[in-house]
Amino acid sequence: MDFVNAIILLLNYIFVPALAYGSQLALGAIFVTLIYGILRFANFATGDMMSFGTMFTILFTWYFQSVGIGLGVLPTALLAIPFAIIFMIGYMLLIDKFVFKYYRINKSPPVQLAMVSIGVMFVTQAVVRIIIGPSDRRFFDGEKFLIKAGEFKEITGLNEGLAIKSTQVITILVTIILVSTLFWFLNKTKTGKSMRAYSDNEDLALLSGIDPKKIVMITWIIAGILATIGGALYGLDKSFKPFTYFNNMLPIFAAAIVGGIGNPFGAFLGGYVIAFSEILLTYAYRKFFMYVLPESMEPDGLVQLLSTDYKFAVSFSILVIVLLYRPSGIFKGKVL
Amino acid sequence: MRKNLNVIAAYSIMMGLIILVGIFQSWNIALSIFNLCLISAVMTMGANIQWGYAGLINFGIMGYTALGGLAAVLISVNPVQEAWSAGGLNILFSLFLIIGMVLAVRYVLKKFEKSKRRTYIIASIIILGIIIIRFVSEPGIEGIEEVDPAKTGFLGGLGLPIIFSWIVGALFAGGLAFVIGKVALGLRADYLAIATLLISEIVIAIIKHEDWLTRGVKNVIGLKRPAPYEVNLQQTDWFINLVEKFNSGKLGLISDFTERQSALNQLVIEGSSVFVKLCYSGLFLVVVIILLILTQKALYSPWGRMMRAIRDNEEAANAMGKNVVKQHLLIFVLGSAIVGIAGAMLVTQDGLFTPGSYRPMRYTFLIWVMVIVGGSGNNFGAILGGFVVWFLWIEAAPIGLYLVNLTTAGLDDAHFLKVHLIESVPYFRFLMMGIGLLLIMRYRPKGILPEKIEIK
Repeated sequence: MDFVNAIILLLNYIFVPALAYGSQLALGAIFVTLIYGILRFANFATGDMMSFGTMFTILFTWYFQSVGIGLGVLPTALLAIPFAIIFMIGYMLLIDKFVFKYYRINKSPPVQLAMVSIGVMFVTQAVVRIIIGPSDRRFFDGEKFLIKAGEFKEITGLNEGLAIKSTQVITILVTIILVSTLFWFLNKTKTGKSMRAYSDNEDLALLSGIDPKKIVMITWIIAGILATIGGALYGLDKSFKPFTYFNNMLPIFAAAIVGGIGNPFGAFLGGYVIAFSEILLTYAYRKFFMYVLPESMEPDGLVQLLSTDYKFAVSFSILVIVLLYRPSGIFKGKVL
Repeated sequence: MRKNLNVIAAYSIMMGLIILVGIFQSWNIALSIFNLCLISAVMTMGANIQWGYAGLINFGIMGYTALGGLAAVLISVNPVQEAWSAGGLNILFSLFLIIGMVLAVRYVLKKFEKSKRRTYIIASIIILGIIIIRFVSEPGIEGIEEVDPAKTGFLGGLGLPIIFSWIVGALFAGGLAFVIGKVALGLRADYLAIATLLISEIVIAIIKHEDWLTRGVKNVIGLKRPAPYEVNLQQTDWFINLVEKFNSGKLGLISDFTERQSALNQLVIEGSSVFVKLCYSGLFLVVVIILLILTQKALYSPWGRMMRAIRDNEEAANAMGKNVVKQHLLIFVLGSAIVGIAGAMLVTQDGLFTPGSYRPMRYTFLIWVMVIVGGSGNNFGAILGGFVVWFLWIEAAPIGLYLVNLTTAGLDDAHFLKVHLIESVPYFRFLMMGIGLLLIMRYRPKGILPEKIEIK
């Protein structure tokens, strides 16, 4: 019985949260990797673009709530996301037209584009803060838990409860659907294939009659969808605060690079690698060992490898190690 | 003279703006803007050496700034005796263990050929070392943090004058840059940017959470000053006399004695804080001028020419027999050391060390905006960038407020849109910086004062 308790403990505190967090990171990482693979620059505005999309989601959620439209047990935000995506795509295409296009046509070095993306980061951050303010906002409504810890204990008769938040399930389901559609699109459709060809070898792709304008536009559209959904899911699960989104850029970059930048599947897995290592290394295993070990061997301390303060440091250390030993990422991306 | 006309014009406009702030707002505000402009100028000089001279992207400026600030704490605070006796031995012992670990890894690296076995040996040394260090240091750290946590709870520093920390800060930052450079300089440009950004976050995480060393988020306040204190100045005779002489015209108009006395008191209070700020300005100005002379000399020396050659064509420079890796490391260390000086200066001026306030937006990206806007590769440009951008960063709020009032003049004062916009005036500075950066990058990609290469 103790062993089952220990497993439930790990599921509750490590596996489920890491899976949800990893999904959120994965969406962001695919966003980074697509921009890097096709438009060829490191987008430092990633986090703020995600917060921009989330802001629209929140605004629409508020509107629907005020009109009285809801989804019952599901959060209203799910209804708001499609509308937010439309606005987000518009924003992305506007930015591309007025900012990035010039440098792309002039074939500026990637470093210059990265600098330009810092300008976009400043502007986006300002717009978000001016429109919705810098404070913490929760916009979740509907049923909060799928399984409550207390109910779980009653049903199974175990000591440890397993609480599954509905947002976690929604996050994981939406990620699976979105990512599988994306991979189907990239691998099976003609447009997706031409995108991959363009990413692989630009000149050859142009020679074979691929229209670069179309590729770039579709990339921004997909990026807009990923950014909005990834950001909204993170906001639903935790809460929306522009500053946190800016900081999330760092583990997202780590995930994209660990997975091999330019490789969407690598970025997807990279998100989970980062999320699991962050949570595994900073969790205090004391209770786990109390279940598993006999009483005489129970540990005194928290049995925590690193304090939770170093959560970010974990992902960065992984990144540094990967950059040193496999600069092209765990799954080969573009060779750097 | 005529060649430098644009430089002179740009600087005179800048100084004119600061003087205007002094006249219309107050001299206190003008001087605090000026002081932070000087500190920003030191930072941009550091970033400019790396980016403008050598083309290295360093997004870790925040980390070096914080290390400089840490140096100010470790140099100037008096040592906490109880803390040292509570856990000093453990900490020192851990320090020796870390040194031993590094030596052991170096030994293995030299002794063995590159192989899987070597990697495993190194990994096991590091893991074993970390476990032992944790066991040794834990009781020490707990002991130290228990010593009067409301006031100290850390080891304290050396109790030296805080000015020394400017040099020590440079050493700290340079040391960190050496380690990072050894690890990360082989990476391609945008990867180097991301790696340095992440490493600087790690540095901040350590500074924030190792309370025994830095007091963490509890902050260190009341650091020593290289300048006199306002309260002391207000009671010194020569200072009161000076203020009286300075304002004799204004005071002479007031005939009543008590009224004159209270007016004088008011002037002395204002004057004291202006005087202290002027002291800082003087100190900072000395640093900026020394650094400017050194960097200018370096730029036009054979070494500077070599750096530009490496920046513009690495392969060709390598083929000419220049050691690119070594020069990159050198310039990375030098630039970071300068940023470290700025970090120590910043803490010196504030008189407090707040690890929670180090954020990448303010200490990394803003500095980059300064370098790009001012003109990378040109020291005068970088300094001007520091001045212009910091000035706008501070004055953005009043300007934003003015613009909001202008555009919403037709609306009622209680109109929700107007209230909302006025509340969000502080964020207009981000908008201004972003748009400024984008415009400069598009229409004047070399900055306000572009790089000028002339062989003297």
